[in-house]
Amino acid sequence: MEKTKQAKTPLTKMEKKIRAKAIFNRWKAWLYLLPALVILGLFTVWPIINTLRIAFLNDYNGLMEVGGATFSVGVKNFATVLKDPSFLTSLGNTMLLTVITVPVSTMLALLIAVALNSIKPLRRLLQTIFFLPYVTNSIAIGMVFMAMFNMVLLKGHEPISLGIINTIIEAFGGTRINWVNAGSSKVANMVVLIFYIVWNALPFKILVLLGGLQGVNKQYYDAARVDGASRWRIFWRITVPMLSPMIAYVVITGFIGGFKEYTSIVGIFGDRMGPVGADGSLNTMVGMIYDSLNDGSQGIASAAALILFVIIFIVTMINLYVSKKKVHY
Amino acid sequence: MKVVLEHLTKIFPSRNKKDKNAEVVAVNDFDLVIPDGKLIGLLGPSGCGKSTTLFMISGLQAPSSGKIYFGDDDVTKLAPENRGIGLVFQNYALYPHMTVQQNILFPLQNLKGENRLSKEEMLKRTNEVAKLVQIDEYLNRKPSELSGGQQQRVAIARALVKMPRVLLLDEPLSNLDARLRLQTREEIRRIQRDTQITTIFVTHDQEEAMSISDFIVVMKLGVIMQTGRPQWVYDDPANLFVAKFLGTPPINVFKGTVEGEKLYIGGQEVLAVKGAADQEVYVGIRPEGFILKKDGKLACKVSGIDVMGRDVSVVSTHTSSVNPLVRSIISSDEMGNISAEEARFDLKPHKVFLFNRETEQRVYFGEQNEAHEKMVAEMKEAGQYYVHEGPLPREADDAERHTEAEAPKGFFAKVKSLFKKKPKEAPAENGDMGSENAEPSAENADMPVEKENGESEAE
Repeated sequence: MEKTKQAKTPLTKMEKKIRAKAIFNRWKAWLYLLPALVILGLFTVWPIINTLRIAFLNDYNGLMEVGGATFSVGVKNFATVLKDPSFLTSLGNTMLLTVITVPVSTMLALLIAVALNSIKPLRRLLQTIFFLPYVTNSIAIGMVFMAMFNMVLLKGHEPISLGIINTIIEAFGGTRINWVNAGSSKVANMVVLIFYIVWNALPFKILVLLGGLQGVNKQYYDAARVDGASRWRIFWRITVPMLSPMIAYVVITGFIGGFKEYTSIVGIFGDRMGPVGADGSLNTMVGMIYDSLNDGSQGIASAAALILFVIIFIVTMINLYVSKKKVHY
Repeated sequence: MKVVLEHLTKIFPSRNKKDKNAEVVAVNDFDLVIPDGKLIGLLGPSGCGKSTTLFMISGLQAPSSGKIYFGDDDVTKLAPENRGIGLVFQNYALYPHMTVQQNILFPLQNLKGENRLSKEEMLKRTNEVAKLVQIDEYLNRKPSELSGGQQQRVAIARALVKMPRVLLLDEPLSNLDARLRLQTREEIRRIQRDTQITTIFVTHDQEEAMSISDFIVVMKLGVIMQTGRPQWVYDDPANLFVAKFLGTPPINVFKGTVEGEKLYIGGQEVLAVKGAADQEVYVGIRPEGFILKKDGKLACKVSGIDVMGRDVSVVSTHTSSVNPLVRSIISSDEMGNISAEEARFDLKPHKVFLFNRETEQRVYFGEQNEAHEKMVAEMKEAGQYYVHEGPLPREADDAERHTEAEAPKGFFAKVKSLFKKKPKEAPAENGDMGSENAEPSAENADMPVEKENGESEAE
């Protein structure tokens, strides 16, 4: 009773001020977040929702929608994607690249990180060298790779130009291989791509794992040494479990990145996504989405993007499930 | 297994290669024989090199010079895994991703060749050791699910499971709470007795070391000050450092003079000291060395009385005392003899130690000589006699205590000293309190804050 009475009496100037301040305090966090929320909503949240919408509109076309056309709701876009023969090629390429490059690059990065962590001289220099790919444009790296694996021949003549890889192979008495040029085999193309992707993925992984290693208490290693553990056992029984959260992180982000592989192929083979004469033979999921966009069929592109999303989602779930059992936090 | 350390020295190079003086001598020409099956406590203040000594024995750190023998084997160059030691780290270093059982099994699984046990034997040994340290109920838990004391015991089990020749414990109790510490140290003693493994135990807690060690080694700045049975070291300290380091409450130190076989403190004759030459001395008096008497010779100003039940601690001041307060422990029955202002004490001769003012070495007098010689004979027979002779190592802050504080040298030091004085002159509380009060009460928030700010700016 007392309280209601008080509330009815007109507020003094001071009380009004306090009340305004309290209201301001309650909402000020949202006020400060507003610019970020607006931009994120406009450029991240809305596009995601819009993709969902477009994917389920049959034969969607952006220009026609602006012109006032309406589209029926259905799964025709998905059917088109799944029936497209290039979808299977793209999915196969993406899967193959991811499944090979993620474990290989993770193992290599782990070995390099452990090695870097155990040496003192030259450590900074080597760290810088290993980190260079991270700060270099991947298209530029791709072009350099193309040059390295290049081989230009004229019929019946000695090669006009020979990349460094083939030069090395010949120096050791091997026969040169057509890696990336017209008529090259898909296996050779894939080897180059894997080489490139692994090398490009190493710096980030080394960085994360090295950071993790430096956070491991040295006393565990002292204890293991006193307990007579061999280097190999220390690596498997101490280092790997201790680093398991970082390894899990690197693997999960590696898979996600692997399924989005696109720039490496553009860098080496250009946007025909394959060696000359075999256009699209190395296409990936993201490449296929781009192709559809270029064709003006945003509906199909959206459907393909959603399929890619589902694949990544499932793989990440599997990753998390496995890591829950194997990772020691 | 007998452990012998010969001229063991560890020098840590300075970070700055040009500055040779900056290198740290952590352990300096350390000679020690640790008898088979005994528990030895390495005791000293932090930074005295006791852990370094332990790590050199373990092989994790290589000595700069000197030799280490286990029995007759020279193990100085041997890798830690080949020395047959068990090491318990200060923070246990249990592998967090393994269960208790896997932790204890780990050293066994590393054994190779003929030493390798069958799986059943490994499990049997693990269970035995787990029973010994009483953690057999927790074998399937992870270390993080155990209490500090239990983790400690797992660490000991892991060290014991491969039946080491020597067990090394690095401050094993410092991470436990007071009650657990008491319990665990009894436990360590029991385990050591049961297994009869030569054990070396590092601690900075003198009470801990005294209560469980067969012998203690008191160290200062990498040098052994004194070794011996704990009670002997307490009753017969070789120098002022040892006297001050052992005992709670700590020993009371006075400045005094010996003249004509009589001890004077503050011009007052307090004790007859037969056989002591005339000299300036520090007088160390154990808290239990005071006898409260109406006509006692040492008069102290009483500043307080702590009642501890059975005993009473009289806290007083004396102009010649080196410590700010003189603590004496007397039986509570005698409390009636204390007047509000003054307490007069007589001294128990065997609780009074004289140290030369210059060298800080012990000056024996009266019956102390005989007692001392008896102890020395016994300790020599046990191979445990070691007392630091010659000048005592001194730390930088030691030197400061002995000479008057020097004026800061150099520009930066002067500037630093200026900043040090500032906060004392300007009471910082004012500003803090003002802003603290202003925050929660929003009513007249603006006014006082502004005022306070203005004030502090003016300062």
